[in-house]
Amino acid sequence: MATRQGQALGRLAVAPAVAALAAWSLVPLALAFYYAFLHYKLDDPDNTFFAKGANFYYFVTDPFFAKDLFNTVALVLLVLVITVVGGVLLGILLDRPFWGRGIVRVLVISPFFIMPTVSALVWKNLMMHPVYGFFAHMWRSVGLTPIDWFGSHPLMSVGIVVGWQWLPFATLILLTALQSLDEEQKDAAEMDGAGKLDFFRHIMLPHLMRPITVVILIETIFLLNVFAEIKVTSVGGIAGNLTYLVFSKLNDDNNVGEAAAGGLIAVVLANIVSMFLVRLIGRNLEA
Amino acid sequence: MGSIQLQQVRKDFGAVSIIKGVDLMVKDGEFVVFVGPSGCGKSTLLRLIAGLEDLSSGKIIIDGKDATDLGPAQRGLAMVFQSYALYPHMSVRNNIAFPLKMAKASREVIEAKVKYAANTLNLTDYLERRPGQLSGGQRQRVAIGRAIVREPSAFLFDEPLSNLDAALRVQMRVEIGELHNKLKTTMIYVTHDQVEAMTMADKIVVLDLGAISQVGAPLDLYNKPDNLFVARFIGSPTMNIVKGPSAAKRGADTIGIRPEHTEVSSTAGEWPGTVRVAEHLGSETFVYVEADGLGQFTVRVDGEAPVHAGDRVFLSPREPRLHKFNAAGQRIAA
Repeated sequence: MATRQGQALGRLAVAPAVAALAAWSLVPLALAFYYAFLHYKLDDPDNTFFAKGANFYYFVTDPFFAKDLFNTVALVLLVLVITVVGGVLLGILLDRPFWGRGIVRVLVISPFFIMPTVSALVWKNLMMHPVYGFFAHMWRSVGLTPIDWFGSHPLMSVGIVVGWQWLPFATLILLTALQSLDEEQKDAAEMDGAGKLDFFRHIMLPHLMRPITVVILIETIFLLNVFAEIKVTSVGGIAGNLTYLVFSKLNDDNNVGEAAAGGLIAVVLANIVSMFLVRLIGRNLEA
Repeated sequence: MGSIQLQQVRKDFGAVSIIKGVDLMVKDGEFVVFVGPSGCGKSTLLRLIAGLEDLSSGKIIIDGKDATDLGPAQRGLAMVFQSYALYPHMSVRNNIAFPLKMAKASREVIEAKVKYAANTLNLTDYLERRPGQLSGGQRQRVAIGRAIVREPSAFLFDEPLSNLDAALRVQMRVEIGELHNKLKTTMIYVTHDQVEAMTMADKIVVLDLGAISQVGAPLDLYNKPDNLFVARFIGSPTMNIVKGPSAAKRGADTIGIRPEHTEVSSTAGEWPGTVRVAEHLGSETFVYVEADGLGQFTVRVDGEAPVHAGDRVFLSPREPRLHKFNAAGQRIAA
């Protein structure tokens, strides 16, 4: 491919794929742009006109906007804490040899294969239900009043459900990282008199910084637009995030223009968050 | 200060016996090399001494105290690993200081000891670097520095030079030797390379299949190998072994003669043969001879020797340099 002819041929060969990808991502974005500047409501389609920046203004000044923005960030942080802390601990546990480790590893990964809607329903009705739920049963068995999880702590409940789904992902990455920790380094630390906690703090945790960064970056991208868990558990009014607000603009208000504007704002905010993240922790990935 | 005594040390993994009852006395200040082919148990034996493996039975006595059940950090030993095992995210300074920090030493003490170690090992300019930015030899020195600061009663080296290239290996070999002269601390050094063993050791321990084959000073092992295994393992190129009539007439089952103690003649000698290859190295020549009915011989002759592939030659041993072994492979005293 080093020759000029080879390069031209190469470009020609990848052109269809590039064109398809461009159409895939650019056409919807262009359409969103188009609708974002229209006054366009589905219950009054005849009254459609160019609205300048009004859609953006109304979306940002919506009383739900500030709360849902906060919820978006809070949900991401909550899930990141659950998955990173839980992933490190589970990773350490699964790194040790014990009887039935192979089966346990498969079980640990399984939540990742369950559809978000299904897992949200299972958690809502079987685990966290204030009357029939497993947690309610546990609470009552020790004489406590059961918690109405989704009723009283909707955001935290959604966070737990989403955290449960993403825990396998973090565990898997951190476990493989732990397995790559040099055996001789463990021996050396033992000779140097490092106890278990010292070893965790000075050797293991620094070794895990890079995979933890990868987990945080990848999860953040997906967690910014959690939707199914919020919709299925019907807590959108209180624990909704920006994705849910965009949905409700279209679904409840039939307002195509404002929903498109909200979508674009969400894209911009997501980019700001990821730039911020890359600045903050991205240097862990260097060298 | 740094004596280490092994009493009937055994290590079994299930039904497999890796170390089969080793007795050994390492005196204070001695440089002892464990040498043997891969799988002979030399690294396992070192790890048993370090406390990184548990003994199946037997005793390890360090400085006169029973250390069999002590943890690795309590034995007062320091180890240098084959892969160096440096902590990649710490600077050289922090790597060297790590054992001191774990021992809760004061900041002044740490500072002084790191400085001393860095001076001793020519690492002063590299203290702020990470291991990844160092060459193999420098990493090796950092690993030694991390061992020095603990002021151990003995150093344990596990094949420390095997990851270095040939030139650097010779240099580090000399440096470790100098370090031993300077610190006068007991050192136990594991290698599969008999050249390292011969050049560095006060005392060589030859291991075979988990048992000690022979213990002695390098030249004792070279001149008077106790058995066929040691005879073939020590010395390079390896000793020529002859069975049959030549051995029988000297009252032995097997005789051995080193390449440097074998004479080549174009006219007369004990074993006729044909030269397969002659390697002219300038200072010396290695001649590989297919002796009639006896197999291959290696002979080391003068660099200028006029020997070429295809020549008919006669080989004969220098009689006083012959090694005689009985049917069990044990040396027959002369």
